[in-house]
Amino acid sequence: MLQLVADGLIVGSVIALGAVGLTLTYSILRFANFGQGEFMTWGAYLAVSALTFVLAMTGGGVMQPIEPFSFGWQLLVALIIAAVLTALLALLLDWLLFRRLRHGNAITLVIASFGAALALRNLLQFFYGTLPEYYSREIQISLRLVPRDVMGGLRITPDQLLVIALTGVVVVGLHLLLTRTTLGRAMRATAMNPALARVAGVDVDAVVRATWVIGAMLAAVAGVFAGIVGQIRPMLGFDLLLPLFAAAILGGVGSVWGAVLGGFIVGLAESFSVPIFGAEYRAATAFLVLIAILLLRPTGLFGEKR
Amino acid sequence: MELAPLLSYIAFFLVFAGIFAVMALGLNLQWGFCGLFNVGVAGFVAIGAYSSALLTGPPEPERFGGFGLPILLGWIGAMLASGVAAFIVGVAALRLREDYLAITTFGIAVVIQLVALNAQTITGGPFGVQSIPRPFFELLGSGLAWNLAYLGLVATVLALTWWALERLVASPWGRVLRAIREDEQAAASLGKRAAAFRLQSFVLGCMLMGLGGALYAHFVGYIAPEDFLPILTFQIWAMLIVGGSGNNLGAVAGALIVWAIWSVSGGLLREVMPQAEQARGAALQVVLIGVLISAILVARPRGLFGERARVSRHADGHDG
Repeated sequence: MLQLVADGLIVGSVIALGAVGLTLTYSILRFANFGQGEFMTWGAYLAVSALTFVLAMTGGGVMQPIEPFSFGWQLLVALIIAAVLTALLALLLDWLLFRRLRHGNAITLVIASFGAALALRNLLQFFYGTLPEYYSREIQISLRLVPRDVMGGLRITPDQLLVIALTGVVVVGLHLLLTRTTLGRAMRATAMNPALARVAGVDVDAVVRATWVIGAMLAAVAGVFAGIVGQIRPMLGFDLLLPLFAAAILGGVGSVWGAVLGGFIVGLAESFSVPIFGAEYRAATAFLVLIAILLLRPTGLFGEKR
Repeated sequence: MELAPLLSYIAFFLVFAGIFAVMALGLNLQWGFCGLFNVGVAGFVAIGAYSSALLTGPPEPERFGGFGLPILLGWIGAMLASGVAAFIVGVAALRLREDYLAITTFGIAVVIQLVALNAQTITGGPFGVQSIPRPFFELLGSGLAWNLAYLGLVATVLALTWWALERLVASPWGRVLRAIREDEQAAASLGKRAAAFRLQSFVLGCMLMGLGGALYAHFVGYIAPEDFLPILTFQIWAMLIVGGSGNNLGAVAGALIVWAIWSVSGGLLREVMPQAEQARGAALQVVLIGVLISAILVARPRGLFGERARVSRHADGHDG
């Protein structure tokens, strides 16, 4: 029981981070970006390469883990490099593709993101192959937080705890950015009414670029977190796309806290579905959540009526 | 080069192009004429393929299905099954924002893939369904004659589909679809219930995808979950976008062209890439399709054959 909650929170952290990025791009750029999952995968793989690079630069090529975690400070440097590179990738994609389609039908942007996602995913497969990668091959002893006789007990690795905690830090940071800075206010204004924001002196093009950067960086962080608690595979982001959308819509498109809550709900629903339907149907849970929310409350938990 | 193998290959190539064309026509009815964005094409194709395989196949002790029905009934069953699935998805998603349909259809395709892979007792799991009956196979054997016969069958189905769709989109019903696509409020103000028309267009389009799936299953003779991966959805989309949406000729021509590009590029990559790198070569082939979709959207959004500006056959020549 407790173990299921913990597992749900770990998966939920990754979904939440990805969904926050998705909900931001969805509300400000005004289209459902099917490429968000690929930004996660690219972030995870770019961190693999960045880690190799950082380790080579700092001599030895071996990562000395910081106890009790399975990785050293080099992975955090690699994470930052990967986030910056993923942001550049998003900007490049916007410049090549989305910028040219922005003034047409919104659905054209969705199709374009679909094609771009396909190309990105397979490009990655071309470069890195299909074998799973890991940041660290250290074996971690999981901590027993709750003894087995209390609600089934709870074991968790330090890495997993760190991922949950860092997710909280990132989301609070994003919240402060959106509410306390000029850029954040400009982003929220653009989400509500781009024409009015432009009249009020907001540089909408800059807001669009900032949104891509933030959305892609969040995706990259989520991808690296997914890689820390699991495997890095070419389908990593694609498999998370449905949970991401379910979480963003469940929370209400445009709502950061809604996406976070939605992410954790979808994560918990997935982990609780395993004893009921079996692990092989785990991925269908997000779809059930999605259908339920569309039927019952399509604006989501915190969404505004459109 | 001997003639028979070459002819056999051409027939094989055209059968696939024809099957893809049926699917692309279904997508065209949804996207081209009604503006519905369906990302679950592979899922609806899979439903059709599995339904027909289970209805017509020989009985299997370990598995559900195998009713040994005539193939024609299998095809009708395939269309019905895909139609029912589309109805359920459509009711949930069509009344909402248009991109929610994209997300929901994406989801249904994921779920169908999971079911195909895991529901061993129905779908055969990862091994799929074998020994799907092939029409006239006993009569003609596995050579050129059979390929040509199946080509004739696919061509007939394609022609019927084409004819029915041309009639449909030229009818008042088709005009309402395009009116909804262009301006839903204006159509609604004329008393047209957009939701009902959308649902009809969506269900009909998915039925054609199911039919395409059934055509595929009875040509190849066995199906497995990996035949219905998202890449199939992308291929059909690429066909429609390259050919030009809103035009049935575009959908069929796109199917032929994209399938030709796919086959030739696949052959070239197999020649160029060393044996160990074949999987990477296949990835590159998919990149090509992704780039093709994006490039056509930017450079020539109307595709090769754009939609004809036509109000109705009664108004031809009067609409300036």
